[in-house]
Formats: sequence, C-alpha cells, structure tokens
Amino acid sequence: MAKIVNFTIDGKDCIAEEGLYLVQAAKNNGVYIPTLCNYEGIKPKGSCRICTVRINGRLMTSCTTPISDGMKIESNTEEINDLRKAIIELLFVEGNHFCPACEKSGNCELQALAYRFKIMVPRYPYTFPQRRVDASNPKIIKEQNRCIMCKRCIRAIKDEQGRSLFAYKKRGHKSEVVLDPVLGLQMSDELARKAMAVCPVGSILVREQGFIQPIGTRKFDKKPIGSEIEMSQPTK
Amino acid sequence: MVASVTSILEKYNKDKTRLMDILLEIQEAFGYISSEAVNEIARCCNISTVDVQQTISFYHFFTQKPTGKYTVYLNNSVVANMMGREQIKETFERETGTKFGQVSEDGLFGLFDTSCIGMNDQEPSAIINGKVFTNLTPFRVKELVRGMREGKDVEELMVEGYGDGNNGNKLVRSMVMNNIRRKGPILDDNYTPGIVIWKKLPTMTPEQVIAEVKASNIKGRGGAGFPTGLKWEFCRRAKGDRKFIFCNADEGEPGTFKDRVILTERPKLLFEGMVIAAYAVGATEGILYVRHEYKYLQKHLESILQGARERNLLGKDIGGIKGFNFDIRIQFGAGAYVCGEESALIESAEGKRGEPRDRPPFPVEKGYLDYPTVVNNVETLCAVVKVMLNGGEWYRSFGTQDSTGTKLLSVSGDCKYPGVYEVEWGFSVYDILGMVGATPDVQAVQVGGPSGTLLAPVEFRRILGYEDLATGGSIIIFGKHRDLLKDVVLNFTEFFIDESCGSCSTCRIMPVVLRNKLLKILNGKGVIKDIDDMLEWAKVLKASRCGLGQTAANPIVSSIKNFRHLYEQRVRMDTDFDSGFNLAESVKDYIEASGRVIVE
Repeated sequence: MAKIVNFTIDGKDCIAEEGLYLVQAAKNNGVYIPTLCNYEGIKPKGSCRICTVRINGRLMTSCTTPISDGMKIESNTEEINDLRKAIIELLFVEGNHFCPACEKSGNCELQALAYRFKIMVPRYPYTFPQRRVDASNPKIIKEQNRCIMCKRCIRAIKDEQGRSLFAYKKRGHKSEVVLDPVLGLQMSDELARKAMAVCPVGSILVREQGFIQPIGTRKFDKKPIGSEIEMSQPTK
Repeated sequence: MVASVTSILEKYNKDKTRLMDILLEIQEAFGYISSEAVNEIARCCNISTVDVQQTISFYHFFTQKPTGKYTVYLNNSVVANMMGREQIKETFERETGTKFGQVSEDGLFGLFDTSCIGMNDQEPSAIINGKVFTNLTPFRVKELVRGMREGKDVEELMVEGYGDGNNGNKLVRSMVMNNIRRKGPILDDNYTPGIVIWKKLPTMTPEQVIAEVKASNIKGRGGAGFPTGLKWEFCRRAKGDRKFIFCNADEGEPGTFKDRVILTERPKLLFEGMVIAAYAVGATEGILYVRHEYKYLQKHLESILQGARERNLLGKDIGGIKGFNFDIRIQFGAGAYVCGEESALIESAEGKRGEPRDRPPFPVEKGYLDYPTVVNNVETLCAVVKVMLNGGEWYRSFGTQDSTGTKLLSVSGDCKYPGVYEVEWGFSVYDILGMVGATPDVQAVQVGGPSGTLLAPVEFRRILGYEDLATGGSIIIFGKHRDLLKDVVLNFTEFFIDESCGSCSTCRIMPVVLRNKLLKILNGKGVIKDIDDMLEWAKVLKASRCGLGQTAANPIVSSIKNFRHLYEQRVRMDTDFDSGFNLAESVKDYIEASGRVIVE
C-alpha cells in the first residue's frame, strides 16, 4: 500500500496516497481544482494551465504534480482565481466561440468554467482567427473554430495498433489539432463517440448527434462544473 | 524516390525515436519531405501520417514542398535589421523576381525568413543551401543571384575566402569569422586535449570528480544557473540501466553565438567535458544536440569525434580506465528555439515535437528515453575541464562569490568590436560597453537576449552574475538613433510568437494579444490604459510551463519599466479610450467582394 501523506489546500488539512496527482488528491478530499485539458484515465499534459496552484510558493499545475508530504497548496485565492479566469478568457478570444449556436452548449466544459468564474466579457480583445471546419470525415466533424488545443483527443483516441488518430500540427498560435485522413476513415462508431465525449468543447462532433440530448437536460445546465466534487464526502 | 526513403529508414532501423535524423536526411536528399515519403515513414515506423506531420510541421527547416534549387534563409533578428537587412531583402526580391516566403515559378529560388542564425557579429547574413553567407551587401546579393542563375555550386559563390581559425579547415570551409576578442580559461590556447582523461580521471573516483566540480561552485551557463555538481550528483544517484550526457548546443537566444565559436575552435575541450561528465554520473552514451543553423560544422565535429575514438578518448576503457565506456553522437535540430529548453531538447532528440515536459520528473531522473539524463550547456562542459585540470579552488578565484569563473559574452549591435569576449563574472555593463567600443550615445543594452532585460543607462552600473544580471551571454547594444519599440520590442515579441511551441494556452495566446496591443500603440491608436493593461496582462505568462513562455513578455515588460516615456510619447493623451477599431480595414474583404465603397 502506498504511503499516506499530509498536505494542506488553502489551510485545510488533507491526506492522500503519496504520488497521486494533486488534482485527484484534492478531489478525494472534496476540493475542486478546475481543469480543462485533464481527463481521467489518460496521461496528463498540463497544457491549459487552468489547474495552476501555488505549491510552497511556486506556480505549478495540479494535473501533473504528484502529491508529496507537507505540501502547502494555495488554490482558492484571489490571485489564482484571477489567473484561471484570465486563462479561460484567453481561450475565448483565441478561437471563435458562439455558445448559443453550439451543439455542445450545456455539455461544454469551457462554457461551464466561464459561468463558474462569472465571466461576462473577456478583458482581452478577440483575435477573430480565420479557421476552417474539417468536414471531410464521414463520421465526425472537426470544428476548428472551437478547438482549444487541450490535446485530449490526441492522447485518448488511438487505433488498435496504438496509432494516434489526432495530432498537433505547426506551432505557436498557428497550431491546430488535426484528424488523420487515412486512419480517420477506419474509425469505428464507438471511437467516434468517444472522441466527441473526450472533447471538452464542441470541436469534435459526431454527425447527426449534436442535438440528440435536449438543452435543459445537459450536464452543466442545472449544476455548475465542480459542484459534484464540492458536494461529495471526502474519501478516506 | 520511395526507394531511397526506404534506405534512409533502414539506416535508422525504422526507429521512430530517430525520426529527426530520418527527416533531416530526407529533407537534405530531396529538398523537401513529400507526402509519399510521409506515408512511407508512417508505414515503416508504424505511426499515423499525422504523427509524422506533427513533427515535420514543428520545425522551421522541414518543408513539405520543394524550396527551390537555391534556398535562401535570411536572418530577421533585430541586429540583422540594424545592419541593413531590409536592403538585402529588397535586393534578393528584385533580383530573383520572387517574394520572401515563396519559391520562384521556375523553381530556381526560394526566399525565406529565419530567426537569429547565430551570426549577430557579422550581419546581415543568410544561410543558402546550408552554407552561411555573412556581411551581405546589395552588391554581393546581385553577384550571388547572378551566380545562381549561371547554375554555380553554392561553394563557388563564396568569393570572400574563408574565415579565421578552423573556419578555413577543409572540413568546414566557411566564411564565418570567429571574432574572438578576449580569451580566458575556456578560450585559452594553452590546452592539451585529453589531459584530464589521461592524467586526472584514472586517479579519481566519480564521487571525487563531483566533489571537485561542486567545490568550483560552477553553475549552468545556459542562463538558468543550476549548480552543475549538484545536477551530476542527482543523476549519479538516480537508478537506470543506461544514463545519458547531453550537451545543449542549440543556442537559439537571439544575439548569442559563443557556442558556435566553441564548436569551431574548441570541440575537443567540449568532448572532454562530456567524457568527464559521463565518468562522474556513470553514463555510457552522449548526445551533442546542435542547432540546424550550425550544420556546416558537421563534418568537422564528426572528424574530431573520430579522432578521439582513435586516441581512446572515446569508446571502450577510456583513458585506460577499465570498464569506462562512453561514446558521443551528434543530433541536429531543425529550427526551433524552444528546443534549447532541456526537456524540449530531449523530446526533439527522441524524434518528437520539441515541447517542454512537465516537471517533476526532472531529466536527471527521467530524461532521454526515460533514462537518467544530464543536460549541460556547451560552455559549462568546457569550463569543467579546466576545473578538473586546475582545481575547484583555482576556478573560484575568477568571478564573484556567487558567480565563479568566467562567462563568454556574445556582443553585437552598435559597437566597434562585436564578437566573443571571455570575461570574469562581475563585469558591469558599463565596463563591457567600454571594452567593446560601444557607440558613445548608447540608448539601451539588451542583456540576455529577448528573454532578458532591456537596460537604460541609469542601470549600466549593474553587474553580470547570477546575483544580479544572470545571462546566457547575449549583449546587444542600441544607439540613440534606434527606435526601441518598433525595431526592438516588436521584433522580440514576434520572435516569441513564432517560436512558441503552442502547448501552453498562456504562451500560445498572450504574446499575440500583447503584440496586437503594441501595434495599436505604434499605430497611434493607444491610450495610457493600454500601457498598464500590457503590464497587468503579461502576468498570466508566469503560469507557463517553460522559460520561453514565462519570459515571452519580458521585452514589453522591461521596456515599459525602463522606457515608459517612449510608450507615453506614442499614446493619445486627449482621450482615455480608443477601441483601435478601423472601419475601413475591418470591412476590406467585404468591400472587395461586393464592389461597394465606403462613403466617409
């Protein structure tokens, strides 16, 4: 059995198995640390930076940092919350996000985070990039206007031989997440559905599935993102 | 064509971790990487084609289309611009009838911009088919283009003769100049290669070597300043069947070129340093990661390695020490500044995009192929040889208490004697300006390249050292006549935009947002609030994973701090708000498509 360690989050005493990623360790203690690029069951990447906290004074991402004994973590502070809010706003101005017309509205984690952080309008000017929609695949549509480059699909969606169906192209602000044209054609219905589910926003859509679940009954329609963790009892 | 791609793939055992080498060889053999080649690589390495493309599209010097029989990469660094790049660019465009970013219709010329190529002391310069051409003038460009039209080989185009020192070596044959202006322990001519390996290592245990390095108090010379002895100790203690020594020769910080000079003149010193490091940590394999811009040094470096093998300075039982086996291979990059970050460098050497890794784990625990790995700067490894030769205490006699030893500076910009200077830590900026014959009316000095600080004259008494101005050694001097915001700050900011790997949201987006704000001010649409907004907004970059992202706003932040008046001179004082919105500009596409006109 792994060693149990003590740490604090915003002064609250917590315990967890040593080496558990901080996001998970916090969750087990009923503390919600917002995430976006992180997805349970796939290797963390630390690319969205929303789960940034201060650990013993240093800015680090909770999805990639294993917990160790005596860590003093600051998460729900004015500084960190504004940082997170700023990052969410950056993601909004980077792409072209029109929530009312989006198939994923109500199930979208970016939108849900924006509500949680009470964003009315981003402080930064929109960049209005020109992006295309890749509708070449018969099963899914890759809506580049909404992609936030979290790379969840890259990490999670592989074929039987372990080859990636999605990959990152170019670099910097020109980066884009693209679907392999050849492997994409062999994608099963199940894998297509998984890709849509893994995508935190409305960038990967299975054709003719977008509005199957009515708005009003979707994941974040009634309960804010993270509330299920905050309502939960700490698991010991 | 596919046949030869296959042979390249076989040379590297169809190993996807050698993808960089596979792509480099295909690019060199065919001038580009075709979609057939991509398919073949994907098939043989059993990865998807987009996986191959994600690596290709990350690096500046990989292309998926032909780039012309003569491919010109013209440096667009700040200093290149200061030394007349614009005229060179215009001349190239006029003479070839091609625009930058394009290949001529007949496929003869390809003209491209590129980030600092490490020739800041001899700008404007360009890389043409792998050969470096320095101190370009419009006259020379006309000659060059004429020669290309006559079908001359790129070597025939060099009429200048060769540069000094090993630049004239038959394996280099380059017109690049070393411009060594001041020597110290590292650049000292009085050095017998292999002396530490033969005389010292056999008498010492690895622990004693580490102790000596610790006693010297030397810190990493790449800029971050981590204590070298400690890094080695961590790696020695880490568990692993294999361990690696990496030398980081990816110097991409605009304005640095001292590693290029070491690679040209002191490669034996560097390799001896790698052997010492290997002995200390128990490594059996070494990789020298060199930036693509220095590929012209490849044969020279390979021959030095071969010579070392023949002299038993590499290979088995090195220096007669039973069981001490170590060898070095050279890994070239393909044009990506971020690969200078140690974990990105490792990713790149594994054939992937050069995206920095999350820490922990640190490379000393889990580095190349997940084995314990030490990554040291070129200069650090060279200095270590002298530490071993003369002792840590001797080394501490140079420099200051916190910053021991010497530092190689790469000096460029508005001064009489640009070049490489080896000085003790503790020199003030003021001393340096005197030493290099700086123009009397210095307006500003950039210390540490774009990721460093833009200093105003009131700060010239500050000293170089980890306790004050820590630096990788790039010093760029700007005279009074330079437009700091437009020519320097904007260029540096665009450099960071181009070189961001795109992984962290912060570094991918914020530099673009800041650049747009800076342009708003430069276009006369800024207001006071825009200046303060930039300072405030830049803070989000501190949450980025690596040094590139964390420092990407430094050009803007440090220039606002030290030259705020330059910003205030350019913003509107008659209003608190200007949206920066330009109706005519915003509806340009629509006007064009619809054929309508705007009535003022």
